[in-house]
Amino acid sequence: MSDVFDLKNFPGKRALQKKPINNLEWALIADGVPLAEVYDVLDTDAGKDRAFAKLATIKSDVIWWTEGAVPPQLMADGEAVFGTGYNGRWFSAIAEEKQPFAMLWDGQVLDIDGWAVSAKGQNIDEVMKFVKFATDTQRLADQAKFISYGPARKSSGPMVSKHATLGIDMAPHMPTTYADQGFLTNFAWWADNGDEMNERFAAWLLQ
Amino acid sequence: MANENTGGELVLAADGTPLKASLNKAMRKNRIRALLLVTPLFVFILFSFLIPIVDMTFRSVDNWHVGTLMPKTTAALADWDGKALPDEPVFAALVEDLQVGAKAREIGKVGTRLNYEKSGLRSMITSSGRKALKVKEGPYKEKVLKMHKKWKELSTWTVIKRNTAPFTIGYYLNAVDMKYDDNGEIVRQNENRRIYGKLFLRTFAISLAITVICVILAYPISYLLATLPLRYSNLLMIFVLLPFWTSLLVRTTAWIAMLQSQGVLNDLFVFFGLVSDDNRLQLIHNMTGTIIAMTHILLPFMVLPLYSVMKTIPPSYMRAALSLGANPLVAFVRVYMPQTLSGIGAGSILVFILSIGYYITPALVGGTDGTLISNQIAYHMQSSLNWGLAGALGALLLFSVLALYLLYNKIVGIDNMRLG
Repeated sequence: MSDVFDLKNFPGKRALQKKPINNLEWALIADGVPLAEVYDVLDTDAGKDRAFAKLATIKSDVIWWTEGAVPPQLMADGEAVFGTGYNGRWFSAIAEEKQPFAMLWDGQVLDIDGWAVSAKGQNIDEVMKFVKFATDTQRLADQAKFISYGPARKSSGPMVSKHATLGIDMAPHMPTTYADQGFLTNFAWWADNGDEMNERFAAWLLQ
Repeated sequence: MANENTGGELVLAADGTPLKASLNKAMRKNRIRALLLVTPLFVFILFSFLIPIVDMTFRSVDNWHVGTLMPKTTAALADWDGKALPDEPVFAALVEDLQVGAKAREIGKVGTRLNYEKSGLRSMITSSGRKALKVKEGPYKEKVLKMHKKWKELSTWTVIKRNTAPFTIGYYLNAVDMKYDDNGEIVRQNENRRIYGKLFLRTFAISLAITVICVILAYPISYLLATLPLRYSNLLMIFVLLPFWTSLLVRTTAWIAMLQSQGVLNDLFVFFGLVSDDNRLQLIHNMTGTIIAMTHILLPFMVLPLYSVMKTIPPSYMRAALSLGANPLVAFVRVYMPQTLSGIGAGSILVFILSIGYYITPALVGGTDGTLISNQIAYHMQSSLNWGLAGALGALLLFSVLALYLLYNKIVGIDNMRLG
């Protein structure tokens, strides 16, 4: 993953998301901070400065994206040599559209989606039954037939099968297969520091 | 004086009523009809424009969170002098408010509000809310201080106390890169967080540049449109209108394909040997891209008013100037151009005001140095959900446009503006 920050051996543009979240963590990891200590370092003023300083080393070679469809497009057009993005998008670019990219799972960020049910809604019992169904072991494994996301349940892991139309084995394309190489976003830290970091990031982009 | 001529008798209408009353009646009918005709538009504007603007402007000063969701703490803090941590009664009130707020799942709103002014208070409030549910009896101070380390900081209490007030200028301070420091004094924002001032300036600078470029590009086109024979000018008009009728998003995306470093324009440059292959020009995802794409999109708003004004200038004026001895340049500058000023004014104010609020094009092609203040407003509306700050930024933008408009009216005069 540190190669993304290595302009000397890997020159070219990098497509990164125009947000501080994940980028600050990656900057620290590339700067030598172990995965487990990233948020402890980031919680200090010196750590924040260090993350921004590391990002600054590649700032002039970054194309900042905001829409998830953009980074695979930038790579396909030859505009960028590295890109960060949602792994499902990369999967469709690589497996479905046969683009000559490869995944780098090292330092991947695991994100979790959740279901929210409005307490004042109608048919809440039915909705809860649906949520229970949609999140059971088999269903989460089935989801991987269509896109390389999930499964959030550990028990679903062995049940991940082949892609519905491409017929390829999905296990090597699942982020959960490489979970030990990545880390889970510390949502509490970002809830507290998101406002400040977003402003600082926006100001940093303007400098 | 018809009355005197007829010996003081009233002039009667055909149906026998006095003419004056009959006229008034007819006029009143017309007035009511006119009023009814504009009512749908007025109602539409009221609900889709005026009320939302008033609402967003109100949000930019509204500070209901702490006062409404922590009423007991607000009352208990009223006499706090701010010199040391508050005493037991304040903590007792706080625990009670936290319990009520946590049960109703409303306390997070307080945390979100306070976090704008001091990072870390969001999780302090939400986690303390959960912990407060287990507190059955005092001493409360001791228990609260154990819930989160930030309760021990005096500045936490300064922030809470300040936001017990029902209204705040905090969002406006944020919008002009100022803040309250730990002692509650208003100071400039930390250097590494100052963005909005720069973005406002950049927005005005880019809008001005686009307006000037549009005038320069549109003037000759409009002149041709107004003076060429009809069959040529109609064709030219279609070239102006076709892009005007094309979707904004399509045109913006087309510019990306044209300008990107592996794009059409750079390919042509490389083909003709103007630039080398590994040294392609960066024409997009920066300010250049924003200016090019926005100029193209806004050009018709300059061409059309200019054209309609130029169309009304009789060609005989120029001929007269020439026959009276002016050389073509003098005749153009002193006779033709002054007559087009109203069109330049109208086109400029249209283009300038449209570009100040432009959002989607800079977001797509602006990269980092080509994004405008509207992109930050959109960010706070859609992503950070800090609507107070979005409202403050929007209000500042609105007021500065109004100020510019008044200035324009003072210098040029709005009556001199013609759209054709």
